[in-house]
Amino acid sequence: MSNRLINWFKYASPQSFYPLAGRMIPWFWGLAAIAFAVGLYIGFFVAPTDFQQGEGYRIIFIHVPASWMSMFIYCVMAFWAGLGLALNTRLSSMMAQALAPTGALMAFLSLWTGAFWGKPMWGTWWVWDARLTSELILFFLYLGFIALTSAIDEPRRADKAGAILALVGVFNVPIIYFSVQWWNTLHQGASVSLTRAPSMAMTMLLGMLVMAFAFWMYSIAVALMRVRAIILEREAHTDWVKQLPEVQGAR
Amino acid sequence: MQWESPAAFFAMGGYALYVWGSFGMAAVAMIVEPLLVGRRRRDILRRLRRERLAEELDEKP
Amino acid sequence: MNALLSVIRRDLLLALRRKGDALTVLFFFVIVTSLFPLGIGPEANLLRKIAPGILWVAALLATMLGLGRLFAPDHADGTLEQMALSPSPFGLLVMGKIIAHWLTTGMPLVALAPFLGLLFDLPADALFLLTLTLLIGTPLLSLIGAIGAALTLGLRGGGVLLSLLVLPLYVPALIFGAGAVEAQIVGLDASGHLSLLAALLALAVFFAPWAATVALRIALE
Repeated sequence: MSNRLINWFKYASPQSFYPLAGRMIPWFWGLAAIAFAVGLYIGFFVAPTDFQQGEGYRIIFIHVPASWMSMFIYCVMAFWAGLGLALNTRLSSMMAQALAPTGALMAFLSLWTGAFWGKPMWGTWWVWDARLTSELILFFLYLGFIALTSAIDEPRRADKAGAILALVGVFNVPIIYFSVQWWNTLHQGASVSLTRAPSMAMTMLLGMLVMAFAFWMYSIAVALMRVRAIILEREAHTDWVKQLPEVQGAR
Repeated sequence: MQWESPAAFFAMGGYALYVWGSFGMAAVAMIVEPLLVGRRRRDILRRLRRERLAEELDEKP
Repeated sequence: MNALLSVIRRDLLLALRRKGDALTVLFFFVIVTSLFPLGIGPEANLLRKIAPGILWVAALLATMLGLGRLFAPDHADGTLEQMALSPSPFGLLVMGKIIAHWLTTGMPLVALAPFLGLLFDLPADALFLLTLTLLIGTPLLSLIGAIGAALTLGLRGGGVLLSLLVLPLYVPALIFGAGAVEAQIVGLDASGHLSLLAALLALAVFFAPWAATVALRIALE
């Protein structure tokens, strides 16, 4: 038991995490590639045409996974940032900063695909629907986190300030979602329910889940890549970075 | 198989703009992001290598 | 408790010496609200309908404009560091500063709001409710804003950054505040909105000064 505990702390240092992340990245890319191939195949060739929405419904194969990921990454980011604040571990704060741009990208993709889904289904690019509006505010929260951490030059202060913002944000997300929902039911004007027919074909659900898995693997892979770059930037002055083969090697 | 011809596949039952607009944006974003991260890594590595060379030159008489 | 009161007294005195700052925020509030009819047109029915939203958004922006002065002057002359090192709990002093900030920016906005509501031809009961929601809402805005002001303390481009951080967090306050007045105007019960707004204020009173204090300590390190 104690052995395992020591192991975990060993990987909590940037120096030992850097090569570990490097070994893991190809695996996650591989899994992402396989899952994307399978998910797209199911989404385009196995899942039947929706009898109400025609072929347009196939957008949900990226819309729903992107929305899930955008919300999930925010929670993970707040978790790592909070851990970095509480335990003063540098690596977890770096992890939080590596996740933020990917999360923002997912929120953006969710909004973009939501608009492209809304145009044929609702006849308009944008509807002030509760989910779309909350997603937009989530996107703003990501931008705020990125802007704050990049405006502070001193890395440790950036970590801690970002952690507070992320924690305040993560407690606010449910409140914001609830308030937007409330606001939306008050103004019935444009409300069109996003809920699909209850009998969603099995293959559609399967395709969505496989695509969600692919988005997961992609996010992990790209976040690990970014955290490696952040480690190099932050630890540039240390000896272990100077000894790395990629620094020592060919010029 | 769902599609009678490649043309039918690309037409997406009249939803081509919306389906390919969404999937296209997702594909572009998910290709560009790793490329940007890769460039960030190359930039920092180039800086580190240059610093190492500078140190080596300092040490030599 | 004494420390709290003395911080409030000190900040109010400072604000009295620099009346221009508080007045600027008020003028901003007045000017922004009176720009909307010019942009939208003078149709009374439409104006009455959008008045709660406009007044609330303007109050929100005006509060945000005042946030820059919450900690920055004390940070610049070193008073803030003295406060952090002083024997009385720092959180209490921060709370005092937030209260003083509300007294100099939030409360004047509340007092001014009914008159601006008249420009939009709001009926008497809606005017009353608007003032009430702002009375509950502006302290909430000051409290949440204090976190943002503490996080961006001493950063370049702090003002724009502050708005990016704080405005998304203001959304629930805006929705419940403006929603209450709108509900009243269309003849619905507004008490649900009001109690939710009050609940948010209660939450913020507990957590916001604490978060702002932690953020200030980080900024002062």
